[in-house]
Amino acid sequence: MKKLEVVGIEKSFGSLHTLKEVSIELKDNEFVSILGPSGSGKSSLFNIISGLSIPDAGSVFIEEQDFTGKTGRVSYMQQKDLLLPWKTILDNVSIPLLLKGIGKKEARKRAAGYFSSFGLGGFEESYPSQLSGGMRQRAALLRTYLFSNDIMLLDEPFGGLDAITRRKMQQWLLQVLESLQASILFITHDIDEAIFLSDKIYVFSERPATVKRIFEVELPRPRNNSTLTCEAFTRIKEEILSLL
Amino acid sequence: MKRLESTSKVIPSSIMIMILLLWEVASRRSIDLARMLPPPSEILITLISNIQVLWQHTRITLFEALTGFVISIILAVLLAILMDGIIIIRNALYSILITSQTVPILVIAPLFLMWFGFGYLPKILIVILVCFFPITISLLEGLQSVDKEMLNLLKSMGATRFQCYKLVKLPAAMPNFFAGLKISGTYSIMGAIIGEWVGGKDGLGVYMMRVRHSFAIDKVFATIVIISLLSIALIKIIEIAEGKMMPWLQLQKQKNMEE
Repeated sequence: MKKLEVVGIEKSFGSLHTLKEVSIELKDNEFVSILGPSGSGKSSLFNIISGLSIPDAGSVFIEEQDFTGKTGRVSYMQQKDLLLPWKTILDNVSIPLLLKGIGKKEARKRAAGYFSSFGLGGFEESYPSQLSGGMRQRAALLRTYLFSNDIMLLDEPFGGLDAITRRKMQQWLLQVLESLQASILFITHDIDEAIFLSDKIYVFSERPATVKRIFEVELPRPRNNSTLTCEAFTRIKEEILSLL
Repeated sequence: MKRLESTSKVIPSSIMIMILLLWEVASRRSIDLARMLPPPSEILITLISNIQVLWQHTRITLFEALTGFVISIILAVLLAILMDGIIIIRNALYSILITSQTVPILVIAPLFLMWFGFGYLPKILIVILVCFFPITISLLEGLQSVDKEMLNLLKSMGATRFQCYKLVKLPAAMPNFFAGLKISGTYSIMGAIIGEWVGGKDGLGVYMMRVRHSFAIDKVFATIVIISLLSIALIKIIEIAEGKMMPWLQLQKQKNMEE
């Protein structure tokens, strides 16, 4: 089933043509990456999907319903964790539930249930400044998940982390996803990351961004360190490199 | 860390003690000087022996200052939120607010007295006039400097305007708000004193005028001591409230120090 479908999106900012006929499809329980150079308008695409900005042309369908320009259905996560520094981790993560009209006590209780599987156990009452970068990103991911647990938009979520933490986070993400049943649209400019995580990769061109090619990644799951060095992995990587 | 903190307190207090000692010795050696600048010990004695009278007046001044201060806070919060939310109001009010601060208080105070009589009202109005401005401006600045991405995230999750203020904008502006409060806190006592100075029945400002006219310089100084203590106490209370309301800020500061 199609979870999310983006059809023929066009967007310009003044004379700057950012997105050109972008169409993307995300199936149920699928991990799809958008790979492209920085500044190619990938983030503007996310703003359109989440409803924050309206495309000049084209539509966004979520479960076959038109959601173009409507907020409140899917949320996104960025490179910056955007946790509120004045709230504890538990309160931060509960925000999406509060916004949905769930009572504070119930929201906190529900959010707390996910803390150990997100590797945040014991840090419920800590403030964001007391956590490491990796933990803050995990908290931000949990917040995104609690808002829209079927579709998540992740915009270079590990871009700000060091290489080692980043690798760990990628493996952790795969692990966690196995139990979460979520469809994910993931922006990155790291080729390895895209191949390692995805079922499908959309390679974007430079501005104006358009879909250059779609790769199906048929690497077996669960994936681990040996995936990174296997032949199929290198083959896809070579193909993508020749394209960029 | 600990040592740094204790030395940072020792140095200013030892400088204070040195100045007081120097003052004491100098004014004890010269009678002419003592007439204009009584030694600290004598000021202290005057303060203690007149404490009842002083307290009567302090109560009044404190009442005027605090009433004005609280009204200023309410007024400032309303103004800042309105100015932040509605551009037309911001543009319209900004220059009016600035102009309100260019009017010299010493000129306006006697006018207030004529318009509103000798009671507490004109004093409270002067306190409001000097206090609301720093709070409004700092709160407004805080509200406008909020991380746009944070707001966008909340909006993407369907937050209403009210929820954006409650969850992000107001808490983010808190440090600015408290900075404004500290400035206004000291102004509030000064404002009340100036109001009383121009005319009234009681209050520290009235008392100070009275003792000055009778050349009781030691009593003038005793009043100054009280005024300073009141201002310091008010600032301390605001600082304590700040720490209580923003425990996260303390943690961030600690972290910055460690790095």
